[in-house]
Amino acid sequence: MSAPLTLDGVACMRGGRLLFEGFDLRLAAGEAAVVTGPNGVGKSSLLRLCAGLLAPVAGRVVAPSRSLLGEAAALDADLSLGRALLFWARLDGARDAARDRVAAALAAVDLAVLGDVPVTMLSTGQRRRAALARVVASGAALWLLDEPANGLDVAAVARLEALVAAHRSGGGAVLIATHVPLALPDAQAVTLRGPAAASC
Amino acid sequence: MLIALVARDVRRGYAGGGATLVVIFFLLVATLFPFAIGPDAALLARIGGGVIWAAALLAALLPVERLVAPDLEQGVFDQLATRGLSMALVAAGRTVAHWLCFAPPLMAAAVAAAGLLGLPGALLWRVELGLLIGTPALAALAVAVAALTAGFRGAGALAGLLMLPLAVPLLIFGAGALAGGGVGAFKLLAATSLLLVAGSPFVAGAAIRAGMD
Repeated sequence: MSAPLTLDGVACMRGGRLLFEGFDLRLAAGEAAVVTGPNGVGKSSLLRLCAGLLAPVAGRVVAPSRSLLGEAAALDADLSLGRALLFWARLDGARDAARDRVAAALAAVDLAVLGDVPVTMLSTGQRRRAALARVVASGAALWLLDEPANGLDVAAVARLEALVAAHRSGGGAVLIATHVPLALPDAQAVTLRGPAAASC
Repeated sequence: MLIALVARDVRRGYAGGGATLVVIFFLLVATLFPFAIGPDAALLARIGGGVIWAAALLAALLPVERLVAPDLEQGVFDQLATRGLSMALVAAGRTVAHWLCFAPPLMAAAVAAAGLLGLPGALLWRVELGLLIGTPALAALAVAVAALTAGFRGAGALAGLLMLPLAVPLLIFGAGALAGGGVGAFKLLAATSLLLVAGSPFVAGAAIRAGMD
């Protein structure tokens, strides 16, 4: 089986501006990488490249099984949390196991008691955790987390770190873009500087 | 997978009360004509079929703003694309779902509108057959225009400007089929409808893709 994520000499352009080029990254099973850098340097773009939402102008992106935690939760606001997650879990495969996977994921982000509450009633932090539960329930090998700690309280951040550790020990890989320092033992540090700074 | 997507969109279509809105708007437009023209039964019966077609076209504009923009904002398309789904396929699924939400209520309402306008029964059948053939194209156009205008300010007004000219052939052949005679107009209506249904998902898919950049 190939690695969960391979980036080969990737260049990314947004709005006619080159964000980065010649970018290489390889995450094997159990590995994690943390992307840091100032605002607008292309952290989210890197994650969207890995998710297949942006096409690289050069290079190659290989990520066979991936799940993205983006800015928006992508959960139907009028549905109960459990049913909104179930929709995605069913798209992600095993119809029968989907219900169990959602229940397990909700328990993992400590939202098990809110499974029947409509998504629209959730707070910002709860919604963030719900989106994380969608990633957990996906069963994808590669997690792409864009600012996962946004809006989370201290306990939830600790739970996020534990979830990432559990996913890695289970053979998964994680790519995280974050401003908040997270405790991720022996994660690769990736710093995006932008082409202007790099050429100086 | 596509069935799950269509089921979700159909549920959202009916849950949002969108179908009721379309029906009420359609009947409202249809009743405007008798008020404007006066209670001349013979005249109304003669123009009634065309009135129903024009009202259907206007009613088709109503749901455009809800078809693509909310999901684009919510990152639903991002999630679908991350799973490797083609956006054209997703748009095709959305077209099917929109048709299921939009055409049956509209065709039912057309019966009521025909009653209001005093349309003879034979003509009603021709209207219904025409709507059955033409509404898939209206649904496909609505999805494509919704994808093209998603994220713009004043998307609703822009959608009208984009969609109505494209729907004119449907109106011509749909209303033309009412004049009686052979099945020629129905065949032309079906050809136009097929073209729009086949082409629109690719336009919508490309527009959604472009919106992710």
